[in-house]
Amino acid sequence: MEKKTPLYEEHVKLGAKIVDFAGWMMPLQYESIVAEVEAVRKNVALFDVSHMGEIFVRGPDTVAFLERLLTNSFSALSVGQAMYSVMCNENGGIIDDLIAYKLDEDEAMLVVNAANTQKDFEWIKSQSNRFDVRVEDLSDRCGLIAVQGPKSEALLSSIVPEIASLKYYHSANFTVLGKKCLISRTGYTGEDGFEICCDWQDTVYIWRGLLELGKDFSLKPAGLGARDVCRLEASYLLYGNDMYETVTPLEAGLSWVVRFEKDFVGKEALLAQKEQGVKRRIRGLKLEGRRIARHGMPVLKDGKQVGTITSGTFSPTLQSSIALAMIDSSLKMGEEVSIDMKGATVRGWIVKLPFYRGSVKTASA
Amino acid sequence: MKKFAKTHEWVEVEGNLAVVGISNHAQEKLGDVVYVDLPQVGKIVKKGEAFMSVESVKAASDIYAPVSGKIVEVNEKLSNQPELINKDAEGEGWLVKIEMSDPAELSNLLDEESYRRFCEEES
Repeated sequence: MEKKTPLYEEHVKLGAKIVDFAGWMMPLQYESIVAEVEAVRKNVALFDVSHMGEIFVRGPDTVAFLERLLTNSFSALSVGQAMYSVMCNENGGIIDDLIAYKLDEDEAMLVVNAANTQKDFEWIKSQSNRFDVRVEDLSDRCGLIAVQGPKSEALLSSIVPEIASLKYYHSANFTVLGKKCLISRTGYTGEDGFEICCDWQDTVYIWRGLLELGKDFSLKPAGLGARDVCRLEASYLLYGNDMYETVTPLEAGLSWVVRFEKDFVGKEALLAQKEQGVKRRIRGLKLEGRRIARHGMPVLKDGKQVGTITSGTFSPTLQSSIALAMIDSSLKMGEEVSIDMKGATVRGWIVKLPFYRGSVKTASA
Repeated sequence: MKKFAKTHEWVEVEGNLAVVGISNHAQEKLGDVVYVDLPQVGKIVKKGEAFMSVESVKAASDIYAPVSGKIVEVNEKLSNQPELINKDAEGEGWLVKIEMSDPAELSNLLDEESYRRFCEEES
């Protein structure tokens, strides 16, 4: 059955093109993907991300359990802090990537991909047996609105003045337009921004309020199309495109979220892979011309396939065609490859990531 | 007067030349156009065959020749400004001019009103 977020009718009223995304009826774009990307990069934009899953873990063993479940170190977080991580299966394959929030000493929220929510919930439950925790999927009670762009702090400060002191990858409870919300300084666009988690039934009210308030900031609602372009410009991976259960975090370039000094599900497999050497990995490619490299297109070197495109787009910000590809790790930075675009061959070069760095805060900010 | 193919190209006849583009309806469906794969001048095309492609952020779409003939001119502006298709698909965003080898083929195309009805039924 088609699922709808609390904002579905708002999207329709705003004239959005609606598409099916992982069973959810979501806005692809309102007017133009390019204009929405520009709003994110120069001003501020609103995204409905209520389709994402919110899984709560509560109980005395919360920290110990998440330390075992996630590859990144949950025990290093203080209350109010959040971190990006993946969770792996025993083979070291990525089950999902997520943001883990430490809400209290014995309470955490995991924000997971919409397409994986059910799978993740079952996996997390199955792994929790030996721990004193309660795992709950509250996805259908949590609305989620992302406010993204260099003017996002100015916009939110006008109604929540304390927001300016919220640090990158931290969250806290605030009152937004009279409604209780959990706000975090996180996002998926490469720009400074916030994600507002609220009650499902308050989402429309807050969305409308922010749209109204945003008039002074040239705010635009933005859809999944702009979200995908922005995340790729910022070189963030997309589950299902760039990573799967058969891809390990070491291959995905996510070794920075793998803490070998602790114990976690998949550690042995990842250690073995590390010792043997990672044979393929995600790299950034900059392409000649404006043609878009699509998921699955072969990457060639001297006529031989050395990899596959995992994500590609035309970057309106850089005015260049960019892509992520899973390629043979023997290929070096700057090396030229070619992409087989259904018979036409387009030149590309391996480049350092990210493709683009926006106003996003750094860990020290 | 424009005529339309069910594959969403339009044709406007100037003497023996057919100016060809994609319909406004098609550009709306495509979304932001970022690249136009223009064919070579001199290329011979056959009605109904895919002879070039237009890429939007979402997908690459083949363009089908609405009439047969030889391509005598391409809209070079689209190389640097593919967004002209979004701005004015049925005017400044034209794609190619074809010297028709069989003008009788035009009778198989739809007039504006029939095309509009066709699009409504299709969606």
